[in-house]
Amino acid sequence: MTVVVDYEMGNVASVLNMLRRIGVTDAVLSRRPEDVARAGRLILPGVGAYDRGMGNLESFGLVEPLRQRAIVDGVPTLGICLGMQLLASGSDEGERSGLGWIPGRARRIPAAAERTVPHMGWNYVTAVRDNPLVPLDSERRRFYHVHSFHVVPDDPADVLATTRYGDDLATVIGRGTVLGAQFHPEKSHRFGMDLFERFARL
Amino acid sequence: MALPRVMPCLLYDGTALVKTVRFKKPAYIGDPINAVKIFNEKEVDELVVLDITAAKRGTGPDLSMVLNVASECFMPLAVGGGVRSVKDVEALVALGVEKVIVNSLLLRSPGVVAEVVREFGSSSIVGSVDYKRGLMGGMRVHSASGAPAPRDIVAHCRAISEDIGVGEILLTSVDRDGTWEGYDLDTTRAVAAAVSVPVVAAGGAGSVADVRALFETTRATGAALGSMSVYQKRGMGVLVTFPPRAALLGPDV
Repeated sequence: MTVVVDYEMGNVASVLNMLRRIGVTDAVLSRRPEDVARAGRLILPGVGAYDRGMGNLESFGLVEPLRQRAIVDGVPTLGICLGMQLLASGSDEGERSGLGWIPGRARRIPAAAERTVPHMGWNYVTAVRDNPLVPLDSERRRFYHVHSFHVVPDDPADVLATTRYGDDLATVIGRGTVLGAQFHPEKSHRFGMDLFERFARL
Repeated sequence: MALPRVMPCLLYDGTALVKTVRFKKPAYIGDPINAVKIFNEKEVDELVVLDITAAKRGTGPDLSMVLNVASECFMPLAVGGGVRSVKDVEALVALGVEKVIVNSLLLRSPGVVAEVVREFGSSSIVGSVDYKRGLMGGMRVHSASGAPAPRDIVAHCRAISEDIGVGEILLTSVDRDGTWEGYDLDTTRAVAAAVSVPVVAAGGAGSVADVRALFETTRATGAALGSMSVYQKRGMGVLVTFPPRAALLGPDV
């Protein structure tokens, strides 16, 4: 069973639509700890403010069940957008601590002359090391991005792929079976389908 | 920078897709779901769906149509028409819509739009501005719903982005809608230079060269295609289609 975590943080319909499209038939939207405890895969989507995201995970009693399943049991886990930022230790956007599964912090993208914030639109994502989600090859893969913050992992080895937006921003991160994508693979055509298919095979 | 975006702009009349000329004479195009499936195959950057009768019906967005479209849409989806309240926006976002487009509401109740921006973030809210040449010459904001509109397009666009906080502007020339005569580059250039949010130009696209001219000569970062995405050619029959990305943006993009 693939559990898409329902913690009232934005659009989950698109993720479920995409999973259905690629033939994942066992996906459920749930916030029940007992579903998390027997999930074969976890997806933590999310759009919105950091503190509200962590606050909702806490008030729904999900932090410990998620940690047990993702970290102790090691089932493949994918955070998307805010969900990826919550995998880090914290964010400049909020006061609360993140899940801390991938040590590091979400930093605001500094605005610059030719760089508006939020970073919104399609951009190319390039793998920087061998990883489960984005192949290390020469094909140019474009993904739809909408974000004002980007995660800076403490250990550069946790950066799996980057997006050039002024600087190279870490847009796919991972440590073991915990993975995160800053962009929206569920809205990124075949490039996103490919990413979800790779995750579904883990 | 993020890549420039080229997107179909589909019009819905409460039962089916239609295409207008200068906002009049809606001609039948077909079923929205079928169109979305084609645009998935064409890998278009984004999809805009505008319900052009919802504001007049006063019944709010057609949520069953939006649900059907959103369920098949594997690209960012922007939906507008008939949005009256925070509740309407909430309903659209819950169905999988990334961006909600407001037009009449900006003229009638800007405070409601400001509230929507606070609740959902500016990147989720697009301000749609229609304009046409006035009787005395000069471009004027056009109010399809009859709500009072300010005269000055640039001032209006600045106000909705800076004061109200919409994260993007869909700028439509009524006079060029459905004409295939090219974008209104002058007005687009003036607006895009005056605001700090992305501008999507609409109205008039008739060829790939028009799209290229838009990106080369203005600061608009988005191009909406109406007729070009639903007709074979000018004066010819219905065909839901889209130019290849390389033709629109060049082989290196």
